[in-house]
Amino acid sequence: MNQKFEYLLRQGDNALILAQQLCQWCGKGPALEEDMALSNIALDLLGQTRMWLAYAGELEGSGRDEDKLAFLRDAGQYRNCLLVEQPNGDYAQTLMRQFFFDTWHYFLIEGLTRSSDARIAEIAEKSLKEVTYHLRRSSDLVVRLGDGTGVSHAKMQAAADELWTYTGEMFIYDDIDVAMVEQGVAPAANTLREAFLRAVAEVFGEATLTMPSPDAYMQRGGKQGRHTERLGYILAEMQFLQRAYPGVEW
Amino acid sequence: MSKEWPLWEVFIRSQHGLAHKHVGSLHAPDAEMAINNARDVYTRRNEGVSIWVVRASDIVASSPFDKEALFEPSNSKVYRHPTFFPIPEEVKNL
Repeated sequence: MNQKFEYLLRQGDNALILAQQLCQWCGKGPALEEDMALSNIALDLLGQTRMWLAYAGELEGSGRDEDKLAFLRDAGQYRNCLLVEQPNGDYAQTLMRQFFFDTWHYFLIEGLTRSSDARIAEIAEKSLKEVTYHLRRSSDLVVRLGDGTGVSHAKMQAAADELWTYTGEMFIYDDIDVAMVEQGVAPAANTLREAFLRAVAEVFGEATLTMPSPDAYMQRGGKQGRHTERLGYILAEMQFLQRAYPGVEW
Repeated sequence: MSKEWPLWEVFIRSQHGLAHKHVGSLHAPDAEMAINNARDVYTRRNEGVSIWVVRASDIVASSPFDKEALFEPSNSKVYRHPTFFPIPEEVKNL
């Protein structure tokens, strides 16, 4: 039960931290329509966060609802992968981070629709439409900018090289992940990894980008609560009000 | 902006709608992105909708000066209006 709680936190925290970062683009996107799209994706992810964290809180059974889990845990208790806490940077970096996340997320959610846990399958079912659209959009933009001008190509390649080291963590399964696979709750690592690499290779081919080596060194630790220095700042901003006025209705 | 991101007009048929209605416009570099953006801006991705995007420059509008010549109904010619047929309940929307 405890392991499933941890697994749910991982899903919820991934969506939450990425949504929080995407919100920072609000009003700063390169075009009005891009602005809307990023905010929309953030809203989708926030909706998914609420479902994951609400279920996690129920499983835990100690009175922590989605708000308490989101606003009253510090970085060491956060379980998101390192990729989502990487800085927005320029638009290329934001898009590349989104593309890597969406590609992995799509295959994960698709696998979770067949979860042995009915509630997880239901959340995945609700999320699948959204993540399908997210992936379609970010793939399209990676191709456009990768195969765009010399400048946009260089920026996208730099973003890919920079972020690649954070793409392996999702496929490095620890005891919790393995237990979830054994219980039929979650899809296996190798099927996800193969699907991810195939999809990235295909989009990069079309985008004239060079895919870094799948065997490159991969950073890890996020899922276990060992984060980059970035997460503390994200949480300080996100949680300020709830820390200053704990237990308030809003 | 206007050269690289031309104006597109957006028409949407809602889930239970019978026809596409003009809902507004947006800027996009090409049709595919216009469709994606229309989904974000105008439909909130409701299911069962159909989206049409048309480059604004491809639309030809009638001139306000032609109003009478084009739209003055033949009110005196009652035989031109299909008002003498009872319509069955089931086809109310036709």
